[in-house]
Amino acid sequence: MAFISSGYNPDKPMENRLTDMGPRHFEEFYPEVIKNNKGKWLYHEILKPGVLVHVAESGDEVYTVRVGSARLMSVTHIREICDIADKHCSGHLRFTTRNNIEFMVDSKDKVAPLIKDLESRKFDGGSFKFPIGGTGAGISNIVHTQGWIHCHTPATDASGTVKATMDKVFSDFQNMRMPAHLRISMACCLNMCGAVHCSDIAILGYHRKPPMVDHAYLDKMCEVPLAIAACPTAALKPKKVDLDGTTVNSVEVNKNRCMFCGNCYTMCPSLPLADKDGDGIVLMAGGKVSNRISSPKFSKVVVAFIPNEMPRWPTMTKKITDIIEAYAADARKYERLGEWAERIGWERFFEKTGLEFTHHLIDDFRDPAYYTWRQTTNFKF
Amino acid sequence: MAKHKTPLLDQLESGPWPSFVSDMKQEAAARAKNVNKVEYQIPQDAVEDLLGVLELSYVDGSTHWKHGGIVGVFGYGGGVIGRYCDQPEKFPGVAHFHTMRVSQPAGKFYTTEYLRQLCDLWDLRGSGLTNMHGSTGDIIFLGTTTPQLEEVFYELTHTFNQDLGGSGSNLRTPADCIGQARCEYACYDTQDLCHTLTNDYQDELHRPAFPYKFKFKFDGCPNCCVASIARSDMSFIGTWKDDIRIDQDAVAGYVKGDFKPNAGAHAGRDWGKFDIQKEVIGLCPTGCMKYENGKLTIDNRECTRCMHCINVMPRALRPGKETGCSILCGAKAPILDGAQMGSLLVPFIEVNKEDGYQAIKDVIEAVWDWWMEEGKNRERLGELMKRQGLQKLLEMTNIKPVPQHVKEPRSNPYIFWKEEEVKGGWDRDINEFRKHHLR
Repeated sequence: MAFISSGYNPDKPMENRLTDMGPRHFEEFYPEVIKNNKGKWLYHEILKPGVLVHVAESGDEVYTVRVGSARLMSVTHIREICDIADKHCSGHLRFTTRNNIEFMVDSKDKVAPLIKDLESRKFDGGSFKFPIGGTGAGISNIVHTQGWIHCHTPATDASGTVKATMDKVFSDFQNMRMPAHLRISMACCLNMCGAVHCSDIAILGYHRKPPMVDHAYLDKMCEVPLAIAACPTAALKPKKVDLDGTTVNSVEVNKNRCMFCGNCYTMCPSLPLADKDGDGIVLMAGGKVSNRISSPKFSKVVVAFIPNEMPRWPTMTKKITDIIEAYAADARKYERLGEWAERIGWERFFEKTGLEFTHHLIDDFRDPAYYTWRQTTNFKF
Repeated sequence: MAKHKTPLLDQLESGPWPSFVSDMKQEAAARAKNVNKVEYQIPQDAVEDLLGVLELSYVDGSTHWKHGGIVGVFGYGGGVIGRYCDQPEKFPGVAHFHTMRVSQPAGKFYTTEYLRQLCDLWDLRGSGLTNMHGSTGDIIFLGTTTPQLEEVFYELTHTFNQDLGGSGSNLRTPADCIGQARCEYACYDTQDLCHTLTNDYQDELHRPAFPYKFKFKFDGCPNCCVASIARSDMSFIGTWKDDIRIDQDAVAGYVKGDFKPNAGAHAGRDWGKFDIQKEVIGLCPTGCMKYENGKLTIDNRECTRCMHCINVMPRALRPGKETGCSILCGAKAPILDGAQMGSLLVPFIEVNKEDGYQAIKDVIEAVWDWWMEEGKNRERLGELMKRQGLQKLLEMTNIKPVPQHVKEPRSNPYIFWKEEEVKGGWDRDINEFRKHHLR
């Protein structure tokens, strides 16, 4: 392959350099019906799972067909998305915050052919390319992080855990039988690029072994004080280590103080903590970001650890569906998972979901822990 | 014929949900075939090798990507994440496999023409794999080599008028909800505010000058579809000050069953006939609504704008007309000292497009001045707020403390009084004291 220059001259990097122009302007990309009615929408309705209509003051309508996607996406797949949008949607489309794709048309008669086209497309392996759904009181797409496909700190894979989970809850992506919408999110370590900490159900990769110390390289790779300062529990301290007669600057890990956050590894590559047996999944539940009825809530840890079971994480998906089914059976209309758990009490949550309550689930991390202990005689037997 | 056997990944091709493995295989095959005779600028078998290294992770139960690496484009301190494989001899196609973050358009609307251009560029100069989109919002170009970084950047800026996004201790690429483009709830134009601030703060986005990352997110209403309240250092949430607009005929329509409650969101189950008393009035968190004699009334002064009634009856109820936004500060994920939710800083501020959102920018810049002065290395705004107190943030932004700022007043009296607040100051004479109080 011959190198093809874009015009950039490495000897004169500032020559003709353009910077700081930001993203393209959103108005370039609006479909006509959006451009004409922006800020003048009256109401919307979900016609069936994955299909919405929005009606404007002008009487104009926009019909949206929402489809799921794996956010890891090839250019071949994107070009196919473009083919569909060219054929049905005058060459426009959008993506949602939750990695769904929205195809929009400006009249009802264009909806059925679009749906038929989308439903007909499958990957060679058999899965749908464009499953329609993700609206209303159902389970939308999972927002997630990179995992083993491209990250250096994960404790599990992201795309695989998401695929395994979405396959199990697929009927609820295409149905709206839940008491309220249910949002699942996935982050492959507690850096939480995906900010899963306020989700109805959060899948979180977690390490359980303290970092190993690569004494031979640590002082060459890292700033020792930065690595030490990175530890939130002061589990690291400086140490001189004798390596074959040479004394090197390194660190010592007080293993009992480690909470396995990996922040030291972020600052210092010579402190790796990933491990096949140590790493796995934490499940959290009951968070939300909406201000509807009750305040936004953090998700709570309800399963302390599940081993990584490649490629389909069956224990994890079983526990997730157990939570979902208990919620679906017992919650009231409009009640989010966390609101349901609070109404019935967490003691009942564990009873109804069949999850085991263990000492790991009692908070012992700093001041906020105290506020989560029960400080009343009001509880249920 | 696949380069590497992937028996574990192959098991992720079945099932209904779109398989990323099938898509990767499709891309690997397309690159091998190369119908359009693309002169690939990174190894043609990069996707094959990516499948191989991922399969190895599925066997090993751990990642095979090395820690970062300082690569980027000249003059920028963000937008590129260096990435190297720790098994480069087995997987040379992905030995150097850097990520580029491309600043997405507000609202994530696209034309196919533009997406195809991006695809052609990434086909030629990268792996052909993307994330649409990354968690923060960017278009993610997944995997290229160091010499291609400047080439991609040059093409993006010169041919597409398109910039990179943020990474590192920068302003991260801001993101917004769909807003007024297609949502009747949006109380301000999230796309315009997001785009304007993204452009006005390009320097902060590209050149690291902050203690740590900083995120803006824009939600058009308190439903918070973009989760700004949970995951942005500054969250701009649309709200209103006047009365919820009521269409009594449409209310009657819901009561009669002409319209599906919650826009049909609950159609997957028979929940029985819509009951406005139980489903709206009874669930209102402030009890500020009544439905009597076929008429809905709202004591708007007592309403906290939670959106429930509007969500249930979108044809009948609309947010008021005196709209603006609330600004909350300090949300972040758990690392390090536990997760933090955004805390209210500005209860209401006008969102004024005409003057370039000056009032909002004044707040932002006051917050930044404080954080850049006081924030420690890798201390998020929320952590600084915890360390120095909400009072300090109010003081530095010159915002008057009001009861809206707290859930409840403090339950300890350990107030850090300032000397000027106490009559006579703090300097006292012990000898004078002893004249009246013997040792």
